[in-house]
This record gives sequence, C-alpha cells and structure tokens, in this order.
Amino acid sequence: MSEALKVPTMAECMAEGRQPEILFWVGSAGSYDDRAKKITRAFVKILNNANVDFAVLGTEESCTGDVAKRAGNEFLFQMQAVTNIEVLNAYGVKRIVTACPHSYNTLKNEYPQLGGNYQVQHHTQFIEELINAGRLIIEKENSFKGKRITFHDPCYLGRGNSVYEAPRALLKAMHVELVEMKRNKKTALCCGAGGAQMFKEPEKGDKDINVLRTEDALETKPSVIATGCPYCNTMMTDGVKFKEKEAEVTVLDVAELIANAQNL
Amino acid sequence: MDYLPNIIFAIILILGIGYFAKNVKSLIRNIKLGQDVDVSDHKSQRWKNMAMIALGQSKMVRRPIAGFLHVVVYVGFIIINIEVLEIIIDGLFGTHRIGLKILPESVYGFLIGSFEILAVLVFVSVTLFWIRRNVIKLKRFWKSEMTSWPKNDANFILYFEMVLMTLFLVMNATDVHFQHLNSGNVISQFIAPWFGNLSEGVLHLIERTAWWWHIIGILIFLNYLYFSKHLHILLAFPNTYYGKIAPKGQLNNLEAVTKEVKMMMDPNIDPFAAPAEGAEAEIPAKFGASDVQDLSWVQLLNAYTCTECGRCTSECPANLTGKKLSPRKIMMDTRDRLEEVGKNIDANKGEFKDDNKQLLGDYITTEELWACTTCNACTEACPVSIDPLSIILEMRRYLVMEQSAAPTELNNMMSNIENNGAPWPYNQMDRLNWKDE
Repeated sequence: MSEALKVPTMAECMAEGRQPEILFWVGSAGSYDDRAKKITRAFVKILNNANVDFAVLGTEESCTGDVAKRAGNEFLFQMQAVTNIEVLNAYGVKRIVTACPHSYNTLKNEYPQLGGNYQVQHHTQFIEELINAGRLIIEKENSFKGKRITFHDPCYLGRGNSVYEAPRALLKAMHVELVEMKRNKKTALCCGAGGAQMFKEPEKGDKDINVLRTEDALETKPSVIATGCPYCNTMMTDGVKFKEKEAEVTVLDVAELIANAQNL
Repeated sequence: MDYLPNIIFAIILILGIGYFAKNVKSLIRNIKLGQDVDVSDHKSQRWKNMAMIALGQSKMVRRPIAGFLHVVVYVGFIIINIEVLEIIIDGLFGTHRIGLKILPESVYGFLIGSFEILAVLVFVSVTLFWIRRNVIKLKRFWKSEMTSWPKNDANFILYFEMVLMTLFLVMNATDVHFQHLNSGNVISQFIAPWFGNLSEGVLHLIERTAWWWHIIGILIFLNYLYFSKHLHILLAFPNTYYGKIAPKGQLNNLEAVTKEVKMMMDPNIDPFAAPAEGAEAEIPAKFGASDVQDLSWVQLLNAYTCTECGRCTSECPANLTGKKLSPRKIMMDTRDRLEEVGKNIDANKGEFKDDNKQLLGDYITTEELWACTTCNACTEACPVSIDPLSIILEMRRYLVMEQSAAPTELNNMMSNIENNGAPWPYNQMDRLNWKDE
C-alpha cells in the first residue's frame, strides 16, 4: 500500500471553521464496490498531489437516489435527494466534484428543483481544470505514452450531459494514441448498467450489452479501455473477461491512468 | 353547363379539405386527452430547434444517404406544391395555366422547369427508398413491429408519390399548348414523343385526366395523412418545438411526490389534520402511467409524430442485443392505444367507457420496460425530437409506485437504499473505509 491518503471530511472542516474548495462526492459505488474504490483512491491521490483543498461527506453521504429514480421509485429518490440536500446545504457546499456520471447528472440536473443548487463537475472536467491552471503537471514521458487507448463514453456524461471532450483532453495530455470506437460520443453504445440494470439480471436476448460494447472496444485493438464511470468500468471489465482478453487489455478509469502514469 | 367542371371541382375541394379538418379536430382532441404540461419556457431555444431540426432537417442528414434522399423529397414536395395553387385557381375559375397570364413567360417557364426537375428527383429518391425497404431490406424496416399496416403504410406513401409525380409530368407532356411554349418543359419534352401518334382530342383527354387525378390524388393523400405515419410532415414542426429542452440525462421530478415527501419530512405538519378545502384536487389519481390519458399531451403528440423510421430502435442497446424492447414500438403502441381510446370516446358520445384494456400490459409489456438502460440513444437518434424514454419511465413509475411490481432484485436494491443509504447491503458507517484500504 502506498502512503496514506489525506481525506478530510466536511465535519472536520467545519470543526476547524473552514470551507474547503470542493466537495468530493464519492458515491455508493465509489465507497463500497471493490473495483470502484480503486478509482476513488486514484482520484484522491491526484487531489492530494495537486494540493486541492477538498473534503468528503464520509458517513454522512447517502445514495443520490439515481438508481431508485430510474427504476421508477420517485418517492425513494426524492427522500434521498431531500436528505442529501439538507446535509449539503447545512455545510454550505457550493462546488461538487464526482467520479460517477450518475451522481454528476443527478446532483447537477435533478437536485436544483428540490432546493439543491451546486456547481457540479465530473472528475475529468476538474482534472482538466487543474492541468490548465498549472496545478497538476502531467509528464510527457509517462508509462502510457504512445499506448493505444480507446475511451468509452458513459451515457450519463456524454449523451446525458454533452461532456465528450474533458476525458479525451486528459488522454491527449498523456500523449497516448487515442483511438475511437466506431460508435463513439453521441452514438456511443451503453455499457448496459444504466437505468438500474446494474442491479438486476438482463432481460432475455442474444447477448449481453456489455459484451457487445466490449467487442466495439476490442475492434480498436487497444491496450487499455479507458472509462469515466464506475459502472462502465465494471461492465467493461466483465466484458473483457468474457472475451478472455484480460492478458492483453486492461480497463482503467481516466483518473487511474493519470495516477498510475505519475506513480502517485 | 360550362360551369359544371368548376362546380364539381369546388365540391371535391370542399369535401377533401372538410374531411381533413374533421380529422385534425379529432387529432387535437386526442392529443388533449394527455395531462397538461408547461412548455412555455425557453421560447427562443424552441423556435431554434424547430428551425434547425424540422425545417433544416439537421438530424435527418446524420445518416447521409437516407438524409439526402429525404431532403430531396421534402424540398420537392414543398416546392412542387406551388403548382397546386395554380391548379386550384384554374379549377375554380375555369382558367388554364393562370400563371402564364400573370407571370412573364420566362419566369413561368423557369418555375415549371424547376418543378419538373424536382419531380424527377423525387421520383428517383422515392424509388430508392422503395428499394431500400423492399429489395435491400434494411434491418430496421424488418423488425418484429414492422408487419402488416406499418409496412404497407410505408410502401403506399411511396407509391402515392410516384403516381403524383408521374401525373404531373404526363400532364405537362400532353398539354399541347404548354409544349408549344418551348419553355419550362425541360423533362416533359422527352416524354411528349411517347404520346406523339395520338390525336389532339385524345391528348387533351389524357391531359385533363392527369390534371384531375393530380389534384384528386393530392386531396386523397392529404386525408390519408391522419391514418398514416406520414402525419410527421405536419407534426414534426410542433413536435420539435415542444421537444425536450433540458439535458438528456435529466428526468423530471414528480411534483406530486415532492409535496408528499416534504410533508413526510416536515415535523410541523399534522398528518391527521383535515385537508384544506380544494387540497384534494392536487393529489393525482395515480403515480406514473398505465394508460395514454396518464401521459402528457407532449408524449401523445410524440406518438402521432413518429414516422416509424426505426432509427431509435437501430441504436437501442437492448434491441441490438436481441431484447424485446424497441423504442419505436413504444411509440407505435402509444399511438394505437390513443386511437382506440379516441374511437371509444366517439362511440360513447364523448365519454370514455372502460374497455378493460390499457397501454400497459395490453400493448407494452413489463419485459420491454425493464430492458431499458435509460441511455438516451433513442432520443439522440430521433430526427424529430421524440422521447420514448420518458414514456418508459412513466410506466416504470406506475409499476413501482402503484403496483409494487418491480423485479425482485430491484426491490432488494431499493430496500438497501432505504435502510443503508446505498444500493448494496453495507453499513452506512463503513462508507469511508476505502480511505484506509
């Protein structure tokens, strides 16, 4: 294990009487899912490295309600939303960054009507800002330089909110060989996990969606499939295993690529 | 007796337009069966969307071949219709080619010449469309929902356009007077020799027949619209105007639920207090949608606008992997059920009589609804801003909030959120454990 991460909580900040620059919304997957926790840690390493003044809610964070809403349970969604908004507003949160496009979409688009108004960013957008401001430096000579990497657009980041360029800008900053799948950006294929599908078996069909999407990705002959969503990450990882390609292809979040490249 | 054709023409015109107006009335009545929804916001953005998407065909051309052919037919259709104006004036007043008397010969020739060129281009495009459907058999035109009427409807429209264009060209080719003009007959001059051996009387008869059938055909086509997917030529405009403005990922928050949630969370509200007068009206009859009347009127407008082109279905990840869901079918089912409800109301003197049927179950199955990943591929692909996802979500809401009929795994997920604040059964106190792992 690398050195300990510095992860202050909002409660600690409040006790010290200060307001951090951003709140890092970890999300349920980022908190509990073993694979997604690695993304969370990678992003925190980047924040620590760039000396970003951030905090998390920790045990005070709860599910945004995204999956409940998309499953049709508007009651549960709004209960979650109203509770979370109370906590966020009590801490006077203004700016939120999250590594989960589902949390991003919900916080950004669905909370305002319920009284939660924040400036919300996806972690790739925030990292791009850090680079542009000179707060984070990505070495041109890094372990992914020149590697063939394809980026899978998460629906809730791409089509859902028209964020296509931030993750690609990060990959370009790493000087990787970015290769696009035939279905990309607006026409990207879903990983199969959205709309609460992550939590149930798929309906009967010819194949699973994540397998089809992994085939899209493998056609580009990449060494890494880059993602920007914990669900996409799990689905693509499963797809690569299904295709028995895990020796040749790894699935990594853009934050992990940067953290690994920099040996953070 | 000289006025007889004019009178017949006027009667046909009145009947044609009258029946169309009657159908437009029931169309509007049916759409208004939907729930009210406020779409008075973002006016400039809405006008822009209509101009770009409906008028400018911006989303049609994303698929270049179909897009190009569609633009040709669309432009041709609109411009050739200027000719209809002349036909109507001639028909009502017994004149012949009134345009020639009003316009300079060269201008008239130019106009008719461009109509003739467009007519040929439309004919060619429509033929290619027919080949794509029936010979090449593009996959999206042969999905399971594209049987019987939907399939025939598409072909009828193509035949209609072929016949109308042919009649227009034959009319010009056999109009001896027009052929002598030697201006504007850029295409018909090559067709004229086919009729070369006929006497002037027979030529005149053919010309008149083509003329009459051209205008009667247009009136029939106009009235065919209501029963056909071709209705999109009219409804694409309001539909793109009223289409979704918010980011695609944003789903609406049910206001009725907000009220209930706020009441539940507010310790100062006495839940047993008698409701204030008129308060009952605020609580909706049901949450979500099980039938067309529960959907919003914009969603019903969506259903009438759908052209059944299948671009949504051909991009849908669930459909691509062989699942039952087809966003196009969701729209077709909604329209079919709405038509059924409309007929029911007509048959029962303006009131809907329960027919023991509804959109959910009798048309759309739960298997289709639960296969959706809410990825928005369908809404992105739709060339006329239809939102099938919103209907899927409303029906999921009904299943979950009214019937508690979610799949078991989703029920587990939801009770985990209720109990632990996460979709997984972990303790909320462990939420920060990742920090030290």
